[in-house]
Amino acid sequence: MSDTNTGMVEKYRNNFLKEVEANVEEGEWVKMCMQCGVCSGSCPLGPHWDHPPQELFMMIRAGKRDEVLESTSMWMCTSCYNCIVRCPRELPITHIMHGLAHYATRLGIEPKNQPTRKFAQLFWNNLAKNGRVNELWLGVNLYFMDGFVNGIKVALGMAGIGLGMLKAKRLSLKELVGGHTVKDKKGFQAMIKKAQELEAARVDN
Amino acid sequence: MSDIVATNQTILVVGGGISGMTAALEAAEVGKQVILIEKRPFIGGRVSQLYKYFPKLCFPTCGLEINQRRMNANKNITVLTMSEVTNLQGEAGNYTATIKISPRHVNANCTACGACADAVEAEFDNEFNYNMDKRKGAYLAYNMAQPQRYVIDPRMIGTDDAQKAKDACKFDAVDLDMQEETIEVKAGAVVWATGWRPYDANKIQPYGYDRIDNVITSVEFERMMDPFGPTGGKLVRPSDGKEAKNVAFIQCAGSRDRNYLKHCSRICCMASLKQSTYVSEKYGDEAEVSIYYIDIRAIDRFDDFYQRVQDDPNVSFIKSKVANIVENKENGNPTLNGVDTEGYNRYANEHDLVVLAVGMEPSVDKDTFPIEIKVNDEGFIEQDEANGGVFAAGCSSDALDVNRAVQSATASALRAIQVVNRVAQAEG
Repeated sequence: MSDTNTGMVEKYRNNFLKEVEANVEEGEWVKMCMQCGVCSGSCPLGPHWDHPPQELFMMIRAGKRDEVLESTSMWMCTSCYNCIVRCPRELPITHIMHGLAHYATRLGIEPKNQPTRKFAQLFWNNLAKNGRVNELWLGVNLYFMDGFVNGIKVALGMAGIGLGMLKAKRLSLKELVGGHTVKDKKGFQAMIKKAQELEAARVDN
Repeated sequence: MSDIVATNQTILVVGGGISGMTAALEAAEVGKQVILIEKRPFIGGRVSQLYKYFPKLCFPTCGLEINQRRMNANKNITVLTMSEVTNLQGEAGNYTATIKISPRHVNANCTACGACADAVEAEFDNEFNYNMDKRKGAYLAYNMAQPQRYVIDPRMIGTDDAQKAKDACKFDAVDLDMQEETIEVKAGAVVWATGWRPYDANKIQPYGYDRIDNVITSVEFERMMDPFGPTGGKLVRPSDGKEAKNVAFIQCAGSRDRNYLKHCSRICCMASLKQSTYVSEKYGDEAEVSIYYIDIRAIDRFDDFYQRVQDDPNVSFIKSKVANIVENKENGNPTLNGVDTEGYNRYANEHDLVVLAVGMEPSVDKDTFPIEIKVNDEGFIEQDEANGGVFAAGCSSDALDVNRAVQSATASALRAIQVVNRVAQAEG
């Protein structure tokens, strides 16, 4: 367990709803859920979630802290916004799902092998480097996400699409070395650093 | 219509439904002069389109007849049907209302023999049955309609059919030259009883009312039970006429939803519980009713009724707001998808027929009142000093059942009476 996690457990003992309200983006909406179930029924990936949104909200109120934060459920959200559109109480459900995932990550207790989480991390690392997404490296990293042997398999399977993209100039081999960047790369990195400092200061309070 | 005498001691009642009738009768029976304005060709409003009342399951026709007799017997009430208030000016004790009277094309000679209806061929959507069937161009809205006088649909004027109707009438009651009239009447106080309309189910996109034949609204379901209704009193599916034995009710269709109506419409829970007994009435033990709900709002004495329905083994309750409905193309069955709240079980249930318990909204749009009036966010009229001598009665003030609408109407009549009494005192 990370120190932040232990600290939060200490601070909010038995009141996970309060913890969510204070720390999760849009978390103050959770108490507004009236358990009608439209979000769960409307989610295109709903059948694949361990706990659909409606159940997550009830679990939060019931204080099931570990079950919620270690769950893979909110990582399944694809941001289709169907739940937000249909929620009779206009809860920003998509944002709450991402908020929960982000909070779990901050505490270091997120499910490490969840593929969406892995991809999100790869995407961030890739983007934060040059200020631009290097699609070639993102693809390569993604293929080898689950080890070298599997990576080769996936790469071979995707070869046709890759060649097609090269032909259509949607992908450039030049990206393998360096790749394109924003104009002021140093400035960009300084900005990210500052934002991270501000966020860390906010979270610690 | 120049024979209408109205002074600033007259009470103008706008709307001739159960609330308007009640307010008019209460005021008239204590000796006040009342003018009752009704948009439709008959009085009785939406109550006349109901099969049974909850919770007693008695027939509204009974109470309506009593009210109609009271109205007919009372010389203090002037009823103007097919009329609308287009303008209202003044203040408490001194109002002038402009009233537009549409031509009925049938005069007081009418004996309601029906010869005109037999003679014409033109047919139009039957609004009394929520357009589920057609009616003739010369028609009586329903058997008990008051006044008992036919109407010639204005869309027929100028056609051969209209002439046929005139020729068929032995009593010289058909007047094809009747024109729209506009009159002005004085009034001391106004009772606003314009009622409600069912929420437009087409707006609830995931439920597919607009594209699935066997998804209907609660008001349409109610019409099916009428022996003189669109199906002759049979509970059948619109798509193929098959008996609808496995019926699902979806509660809060439009209500308690910030995308549609924010308020709880209050009547729909009891209406669906009531309608669940219709299915049993028709099919006995073969009936299979499912009620999908967020929570059942059967308050105080209605709880007895709720418990009775819960005890019925043919009725099941599923705690879930249905997410969407798709049609099974092979058999026309609507399939309901969702997740329930008691165990978070995902379901995809097929039913013969789905009834949307649609919400109530005020029948007059917020911005179209002919006089400045305080309305809440939902468009219902607030009780407010600023409204002067205009008092809301029944569903123009809130989503109410008949019982509470009548209470509200009586209260409004009392308020209106106080205003005209003050006028009378001032004038000596």
